[in-house]
Amino acid sequence: MTDRIMAEPDKKDVLFDPVYKDNPIALQVLGICSALAVTTRLDKAIVMSVAVILVVAFSNAAVSAIRHFIPTSIRIIVQMTIISSLVIVVDLFLQAFLPRIADELSVFVGLIITNCIVMGRAEGFAMKNGPLLSFLDGIGNGLGYAAILLIVGFSRELLGSGTVLGFTILPLASEGGWYVRNGLMLTPPSAFFLIGILIWALRTWKPEQVGKS
Amino acid sequence: MPADNDTSPMADAPPGNWLKPNTVSGTLIVATALCIVCSLLVSGAAVLLRPRIEANKLLKKQRNVLIAAGLFDPKKNTDRDIPGLFENVEPVLINLPAHTASGELMEDDDEAGRANQDLDIHTYDPRKAAKDPKESVPIPADLDQAGIRRRERVAVAYLVKGEDGSIGRIVLPVYGKGLWSTLYGFLALDADPSSGFPVAGITFYEQKETPGLGGEVENPKWKAQWPGKTLLNDAGAPVLDVTKPGQAQAENQVDGLSGATITSNGVENLVNYWLGKDGFGPFLTLLKNGKLDFQ
Repeated sequence: MTDRIMAEPDKKDVLFDPVYKDNPIALQVLGICSALAVTTRLDKAIVMSVAVILVVAFSNAAVSAIRHFIPTSIRIIVQMTIISSLVIVVDLFLQAFLPRIADELSVFVGLIITNCIVMGRAEGFAMKNGPLLSFLDGIGNGLGYAAILLIVGFSRELLGSGTVLGFTILPLASEGGWYVRNGLMLTPPSAFFLIGILIWALRTWKPEQVGKS
Repeated sequence: MPADNDTSPMADAPPGNWLKPNTVSGTLIVATALCIVCSLLVSGAAVLLRPRIEANKLLKKQRNVLIAAGLFDPKKNTDRDIPGLFENVEPVLINLPAHTASGELMEDDDEAGRANQDLDIHTYDPRKAAKDPKESVPIPADLDQAGIRRRERVAVAYLVKGEDGSIGRIVLPVYGKGLWSTLYGFLALDADPSSGFPVAGITFYEQKETPGLGGEVENPKWKAQWPGKTLLNDAGAPVLDVTKPGQAQAENQVDGLSGATITSNGVENLVNYWLGKDGFGPFLTLLKNGKLDFQ
């Protein structure tokens, strides 16, 4: 870091810290509602991740670009308006170009609006930093969310359906193979367990993330 | 790294004297400007993408009709085949049985099961109609097996024509309550009255039942036991029986889904409702008697 009085956050840290050091799901335990709902299959998790990355990056950049113009009294509404508009646009693009996955994600794309990660980064970071840094922060936090989603989605699809991205990896016993699938993996509670295990692993690796009791 | 400072003076400087965000007028100006920009963004995207989205919806519906009719194999066919396959399929508007002013099923309803001439097939949306008080009717409790309370007055069914133009199969829309959700699907019957309209296929394209349990209504293996079943008795009344898993033997019986009794019962009830006297029963009777007025 430089010896400036107000330390400018390093771009690389802004981008990658949220992935493993300050993960929005694993450390801050934000945004897990959608993480339960869209991770039954890996392709759904990928599309949802990309949608969240785009929304949080561009909403951060937009909020940051106009942050000096935002009246304090209506700043949350202004942020929500920007976020909602972006989410609607992303939803329309999914319906136009990935209709089958958009059908399955159904309301959960719309619910990105209420995802605490997006709102939290707009209020917590973009209101205080420049557009480029805020954009990177958005990408970083989106990637942090994506990392957990992809791990959970991969595990649930593999153990629940014996496939990865629709390709059979473990032939199911019900279809003549040997793998007896784990039906629990297809229900929402399994995502809770997997996220719990991930948080446990992450905090064993990085003990400084353990909260003080 | 001072050179990396991204705060360009254009985008990032606090406004000068020309705008004071924290005054009443400033707040109004910023709010108005933001609303205009955001609404332009959203409506622009909606207008640009609408043709594609509408085309996707139509394609989805056609795909499901074809799957139910056994003309589309998701493993072999792709969406590109749909327009070609759909050439032999004709959507038709069918009057569902009318109800009396007191809400009972009307006796001697001549129009029931006949083609509807008033509505435009290209713009009519049965899902929307089912919610519209003017275009739908409440279902008397004793008839409401499917648990849907209201239904549209006019249904859209699909006639699959053979080479010679005769009706080979009919695809009927069916829906009703399962455990968590309303299941929407299509039931295809062979247009063969002498053998009691045997099932050609069934598909559910929209449901939110438990994944892995009730959600298995979408499993091709489960759906594969339907073709050939006879769901109507000699009198033309629906007699589908979804049994406990592994116990289906008779022509009118289908194995239920294990661990999903309520979804299985829901399927039984909704199919029986839609094939019954308040659903497509009159239409099937007309078809049986050769009195259908479709070309």
